[in-house]
Amino acid sequence: MDTNESLIGQAPPEEKQYSYLNLGPTHPATHGIFQNVLKMDGEKIVDAEPTIGYIHRAFEKLAERRPYAQITPITDRLNYCSAPINNIGWHMTVEKLLGTEIPKRVQYLRVIIMELARITDHLICNAVIGVDTGALTGFVYMFQQRELVYEIYEEICGARLTTNIGRIGGFERDFSPKAWAKIHQFLKEFPVILKEFENLLKRNRIFMDRTIAVGGITAERALSYSFSGPNLRAAGVDYDVRVADPYSSYEDFDFIIPIGSNGDVYDRFMVRQEEMWQSLSIIKQAIDKLPDGPYHAKVPEFYLPPKEEVYNNMEALIYHFKIVMGETDIPKGEVYHCVEGGNGELGFYLISDGGRTPFRLQFRRPCFIYYQAYPEMIKGSMLSDAILTMSSMNVIAGELDA
Amino acid sequence: MEASAQEKIINSLKQKYEGDILHIETPYGFLTITLKKEKITEIIRYLYDNPDTKFQYLTSLGGVHFPDLNQIAVVYQLHNLVSNQRLRLKTYLPVDNPVTDTLTSVFPAANWMERETYDFYGVNFKGHPDLRRILNVDEMIIFPMRKEYPLEDQTREDKNDSMFGR
Amino acid sequence: MERTENISKSPVGMAEKPDGYEGAGFFATSLEKVVGMARKNSIWPLPFATSCCGIEFMATMGAHYDLARFGSERLSFSPRQADLLMVMGTIAKKMGPVLRQVYEQMAEPRWVLSVGACASSGGIFDTYSVLQGIDRIIPVDVYVPGCPPRPEQIIDGIIKIQHLVENESLRRRDSAEYKAMLNKYGIE
Repeated sequence: MDTNESLIGQAPPEEKQYSYLNLGPTHPATHGIFQNVLKMDGEKIVDAEPTIGYIHRAFEKLAERRPYAQITPITDRLNYCSAPINNIGWHMTVEKLLGTEIPKRVQYLRVIIMELARITDHLICNAVIGVDTGALTGFVYMFQQRELVYEIYEEICGARLTTNIGRIGGFERDFSPKAWAKIHQFLKEFPVILKEFENLLKRNRIFMDRTIAVGGITAERALSYSFSGPNLRAAGVDYDVRVADPYSSYEDFDFIIPIGSNGDVYDRFMVRQEEMWQSLSIIKQAIDKLPDGPYHAKVPEFYLPPKEEVYNNMEALIYHFKIVMGETDIPKGEVYHCVEGGNGELGFYLISDGGRTPFRLQFRRPCFIYYQAYPEMIKGSMLSDAILTMSSMNVIAGELDA
Repeated sequence: MEASAQEKIINSLKQKYEGDILHIETPYGFLTITLKKEKITEIIRYLYDNPDTKFQYLTSLGGVHFPDLNQIAVVYQLHNLVSNQRLRLKTYLPVDNPVTDTLTSVFPAANWMERETYDFYGVNFKGHPDLRRILNVDEMIIFPMRKEYPLEDQTREDKNDSMFGR
Repeated sequence: MERTENISKSPVGMAEKPDGYEGAGFFATSLEKVVGMARKNSIWPLPFATSCCGIEFMATMGAHYDLARFGSERLSFSPRQADLLMVMGTIAKKMGPVLRQVYEQMAEPRWVLSVGACASSGGIFDTYSVLQGIDRIIPVDVYVPGCPPRPEQIIDGIIKIQHLVENESLRRRDSAEYKAMLNKYGIE
């Protein structure tokens, strides 16, 4: 009809109307608190502008106020899905500053706990990827497995999620027989459920269609954005802090680093899945080769003496007082220590001026650094793919904002 | 990192930028070089491209406030993933005018890290595409990580400041 | 076969009947009691999960500590369709206006549950960027302390909310006292 044609003739082709969609700070599936304003052309995303800081709790300033042992609860709340890794990383940083020698048994026990924490972190991430593609059952099953790990943590340190595990120098007590029983039970039950979960999604037609070639990033771009952890390994770069700078006796264990090829959501899912299997193997090796020995290092200035000595021995009483009040002598210096967290290279840059609190403590948070690449990764994709990319990057708000 | 590898890095840096090096030390075995702030982006670009050093991964970028020296230091940590060498570069900026060049032309990862340093310390990165606050509220006028500002919100009335630790 | 046997042996639980007059084919009680009973067993929460307490909430919603058996089967992420605003985690000052907006969008009757030390009072983060308790900006009904609280504690908080919901007068939301309280917060 000529009216329609005249309308078509009038529409200017260059002036496209974009709509702005606010993927606001509160959104379902509880990924975390950060905002993305998406410039959309219909259903395709043209540009994105992230805003973070909605849960900025000033960790670095808070750390300048607290003595070294009191900073551990703060590190819990960085990547709260795998809190033990942060705690032990901080303890290792202080031990590096003090130059203490950690007994082998402590190192092996720490490896067991860190690998359990890594499993829980990857469980949440993979379960959430499943939820975002519609597979809600996997989430419920995986959270049930997290309960088993919570019980192990409770036996060791008393807390479920924000564990504040261990002390500077080791652990406050050796693992009880009940804890070992629970760990063995976990090692027996978990692989079965993990296999079920994997079979649900690994070769699932819908899952593969939704995740392959979605939210990809090349290895060069990933390196230039300082990616680390499973996201970088999915892009094809085999950088793992446990292998590059081994800490806490990781060089004694035999494990492979899974890498992907495209860096898309499917690769990240599979890399995390395979890392969970590798973590299980590391835990088994650590239990088999566990040496005997003390469960803490000789750091009398930082490690609380046992209560019987505190009540009977003057020296122990003085040490106890000094440690609790934070009046111990700390060497001056600057040290950087990094561990392989659930998301990548979690680094602690500590400058000490000899006082009871750090002079400067900077957390090198992997989430904060690789989330910058998110707008680039979702350009040109659909809205549902953007949600999937965000959940596959495992952005934890506590680590993003600190 | 062994001493010979560190020597190689120092030598290749001294080849071109001898005049900019202020201090070299290795606390806890980590090579730390203090530089003048003028050519920092150029130096990092040189370290990126030079086949002897090839530091092509930016680990972290942060600021430190030294109130007694009246200076703000910007600390860059680089990493060569292939040969597994790490390097720390420090530049000191005066507190009343902390201006330095941006690193976003060499590493896109420096974008948010510089915004965070600006947010916390007020360091102005010349040439940054979008230098504004990232973690704190946009209306904040102070730079809270500087040592003169307190940790707590001074207008709260329900916490007792006479308790231990404050 | 064992499972079905167990199910048929266990008694089916039913909600408690309120006081009233009963006869052949009728049951007379006050409207408040019936409405209270209906409301308390079908609270639809809005999980406003910001940080670590959010993960404990996910564990509470999971199969082990099932929150759905209290009637909260449907989590609503839209404030317009929610009854209970569960604030879990630290609320920073940047997030305050967002929380306020979400609360204002909820329709009466609405309840607020503040889960965790950070939401109740700022928690361990006594810093310049953290709001020292959400009751500075919205009225709160029940506080659940803990860092993070165990799922049993969160369920205890939900049960206390259920007591409040059951015993609330139908006219409370129109009363002058309630309106004065909202005015104190600046909410219309």
